[in-house]
Amino acid sequence: MIKIEVRLFATFRENRERKYFFELPKETNILDILNKLNIDREDASLILLNGVDGDVDRKLKDGDVLSLFPPVGGG
Amino acid sequence: MYGYMGKILRVNLTNRTYSTEDFDFEFGKKYLGARGVGVKIMMDEVPAKTDPFSPENKIIVASGGLTGAPIPTSGRYMVITKSPLTGTIAISNSGGHWGPSFKATGHDLIIFEGKADSPVYLYIEDDKVEIRDANHLWGKTVLETTEAINEELEGFKVMAIGPAGEKLSLISAIMNDVDRAAGRGGVGAVMGSKNLKAIVVKGSNKIPIFDSEKTKEVSKSKVSTLRNDPVAGSGLPSYGSAVLVNIINESGVFPVKNFQEAYTDEADTISGESLTEHHLVKKSACYRCPIACGRVVKLDDGTVVGGPEYETIWAFGADCGLYDLETINKANMICNDYGLDTISAGATIAAAMELYQRGFIKDEDIAADGLSLNWGDAEAVLGWTKKMATREGFGDKLADGSFRLATSYGAPELSMSVKKQELPAYDPRAIQGHGLSYAVNNRGGCHIKGYMISPEILGYPEKLDRFSLEGKAAYTKIFLDLTAVIDSIGLCVFTTFGLGLPDYVDMYNAVVGDVHTNESLLEAGERIWNLEKLFNIREGFSSSDDKLPKRLVEDPIPNGPSKGHVHKLSELLPEYYSVRGWDKEGVPTLETLNRLGLEEYSKYIDKESDSEGALSF
Repeated sequence: MIKIEVRLFATFRENRERKYFFELPKETNILDILNKLNIDREDASLILLNGVDGDVDRKLKDGDVLSLFPPVGGG
Repeated sequence: MYGYMGKILRVNLTNRTYSTEDFDFEFGKKYLGARGVGVKIMMDEVPAKTDPFSPENKIIVASGGLTGAPIPTSGRYMVITKSPLTGTIAISNSGGHWGPSFKATGHDLIIFEGKADSPVYLYIEDDKVEIRDANHLWGKTVLETTEAINEELEGFKVMAIGPAGEKLSLISAIMNDVDRAAGRGGVGAVMGSKNLKAIVVKGSNKIPIFDSEKTKEVSKSKVSTLRNDPVAGSGLPSYGSAVLVNIINESGVFPVKNFQEAYTDEADTISGESLTEHHLVKKSACYRCPIACGRVVKLDDGTVVGGPEYETIWAFGADCGLYDLETINKANMICNDYGLDTISAGATIAAAMELYQRGFIKDEDIAADGLSLNWGDAEAVLGWTKKMATREGFGDKLADGSFRLATSYGAPELSMSVKKQELPAYDPRAIQGHGLSYAVNNRGGCHIKGYMISPEILGYPEKLDRFSLEGKAAYTKIFLDLTAVIDSIGLCVFTTFGLGLPDYVDMYNAVVGDVHTNESLLEAGERIWNLEKLFNIREGFSSSDDKLPKRLVEDPIPNGPSKGHVHKLSELLPEYYSVRGWDKEGVPTLETLNRLGLEEYSKYIDKESDSEGALSF
């Protein structure tokens, strides 16, 4: 099993927590997390795995921090 | 002639006279308007090495071909002058409602010359132009000035400086509609140096439109694109620009304590999400803007004021080690009222805090002010902001920005600035293209004229690897040129989240006439960028000024997800000069000037380096 932290931002926080701490099987990937949280792949505009862009098929490892954002911008 | 009003207003403040001149349509096509036209006039009319505070410096307030037109986000205008902060060209942009009202007076732009011998304000109601006494307004805040004008006159839009501009603070802004700012480059002080307190406008002229049906159709289609765009239609309206706080922090490029760190666990307390949840009263929109990223917030005492942008939250927040939105909202209000650039004001306090942390500034230097320079001290941040604006006590040193402050303590490297202007809210050590954009910016440290955060962090129009150097020079060039187009036609750069070059061509051609293609419009942006560069070269700037603070190229990021990275400017800069068609010293070649129709300025380029060609690295 691995322990990971998931952080949600902007509209992803609606009807969800800001942070989740999950204990999951070793083969879990990012898409599994999106499914678990009922977030559409298309809505997750920015997926940061430990601060760096992560592909949805990336497998997670112990201690990973996953940050998920809907489409957002500014300046 | 369509799109433009066809008239330039020239105001001589020394003699208190004015005249009007025709605005040449060909000139409009070549330099687009606003920023481009302003830079061209500065280049042609203001001699090299002019003291920014002398009567010989001019300040140009200009609308673009689309400003005020029935086109989305057409509320923008530009201020162009020689910057007293950087010594470069100053190109400051603002939204709100003032720009379209000014254009409705029947003028495209105003050129201010000379210096009034006592405070004045300019009154324009269509053809009626008066240089009026402003002794009763001098010393007033921007809000007080606006209220006083509104009591005297009905239905006028007010642009004004606050006490900071009057006191010649090098980081002072020009404000309009109370809380919109042409913020950067110390443009407020240039108005102050001319004893020009305000410009008040009211107009009844309609903008001539080339093809009204087409304009309606194009406008409807672009509004729809913006409304359906996830960022422009949802992200920005919901949270304002402050939504970036968490994104930039989670990416590990959120500068903390004057760029000593790049990540903080406390970011969410000052995020766009927190601002929306705890302080937001309503959104606000500039003229004809479907995005409405503006915020209106309530302070603890019930006062309702304009809310902070992302950059402001960062400058007074993380950069000063402060995580308290109430204090940041108040600091933002002080800056708006006193007319200070929020980025430079917050970043200068942050630099002072690091100078204190490292023992350069001593307790006795600030004892008389009764304020600390401890990280995160809310009372100090608010107190220094006000003292900076009024040049009171130690605030006098802060009023001229971080570079002059740090240099006076023998530690210029602690000013996180480029060409003496404070850097905004992104640590470039792990965003290579954005760092290049900082270093080469014609107006000094600036994020908005070449916003590489868009592709490198946000993924618009496509996602680029932020750590990679590959293709970044060419990409940065396109962003800088496209922004010059948007600034010059009179639209908001936030439209780029939903629109691209062909959209701007559609809008320009519908209003102005079938003038531009994709290629020619972007080339006009490139022409404007090169002309600004020539202005700076004429002022004595060289490749040695295209640099980043030592910390950002030598010291790796010490914490967070981007730990270990430095900016690789020395590798990117030669490639950037090359894609620009500049020589290895960063000077445009004769071929480049000829290609862009700027051959009349060839006397400002070094003939020797010309012969080496652009690709001789």
